[in-house]
Amino acid sequence: MLRKNWWKIVGIVLLVITFIEGFLGNVPRKPILHETIRNYYFHVVMWMSMMIFFIVSVTYSVKYLRSQKHAADIYAEEFAKTGIVFSLLGITTGSVWARYTWGAFWSNDPKQLGAAIAILIYLAYVVLRNSIPDIDKRARISAVYNIFAFAMLFPTIFIIPRLVESLHPGGMGNPVFNSQDVDPKMHLIFLLIAVPGWTLMGLWITSLRIRLRFLNEKKFGHE
Amino acid sequence: MSKKISALFFIVVALLSNFVVSAQQGDSTSRKEPEMADLMRSNGKIYVVLAVALIILTGLILYVARLDRKISKLEKKV
Repeated sequence: MLRKNWWKIVGIVLLVITFIEGFLGNVPRKPILHETIRNYYFHVVMWMSMMIFFIVSVTYSVKYLRSQKHAADIYAEEFAKTGIVFSLLGITTGSVWARYTWGAFWSNDPKQLGAAIAILIYLAYVVLRNSIPDIDKRARISAVYNIFAFAMLFPTIFIIPRLVESLHPGGMGNPVFNSQDVDPKMHLIFLLIAVPGWTLMGLWITSLRIRLRFLNEKKFGHE
Repeated sequence: MSKKISALFFIVVALLSNFVVSAQQGDSTSRKEPEMADLMRSNGKIYVVLAVALIILTGLILYVARLDRKISKLEKKV
């Protein structure tokens, strides 16, 4: 699966369509937002892809704890790392967007703070991994940590910001993607084209990193 | 596999065909609208931005594809 090419081509096609729709597609006309609503296909997608990568990562962590297979640990680590890259892209693009709509790069919005906390939790995962020299111990402890990190992910990014007042859509119980901000066609493109496109791109990079890891392991005689 | 791709292609075409229809609807409204970059797009300058973004995307994809090929070669060697 990892070495097949067809899904990479699908990902590229979807990304090209995302860019074309993202720049030229028809978008709702809204004050304050203006053309920046197009960030829906870029900024918001980063977070959706990040969620997918962290879900895959925690799945492999559980798999490791059940089977003790070293490969599952490598998968969990690399997917978590790709998730972190996407989250960093998400928070940087978000602060640029915020600068020109809400007036500041960072305004201590509950969602911004929650996202920052989630990113720090996942960065701690990488730090924890690298601080344990023993391979089996590292795999087991970081798998357990990954499960706890994942348990914190949804509350910090999705639940707490929705319970309080927030600049982000979705505060105080409003729907996150309501029909007033984006029209149904934008949802379709978002879900069917933009999210799969960016996720496949991230998957491609992750697959390369995983293959590189296996090459290294073979060279140095593990497994 | 080719069935999957053709199904995907169909979805894509179906979505893109919307584009023309909704663009026409946008023109017929005469009430005061929030300011958008219509002028820039009518002058065609937005296509320049799209071209630049697509070139960057192409460059990144080519870079990753080359890396993919290099790793594949290495896998055969080891």
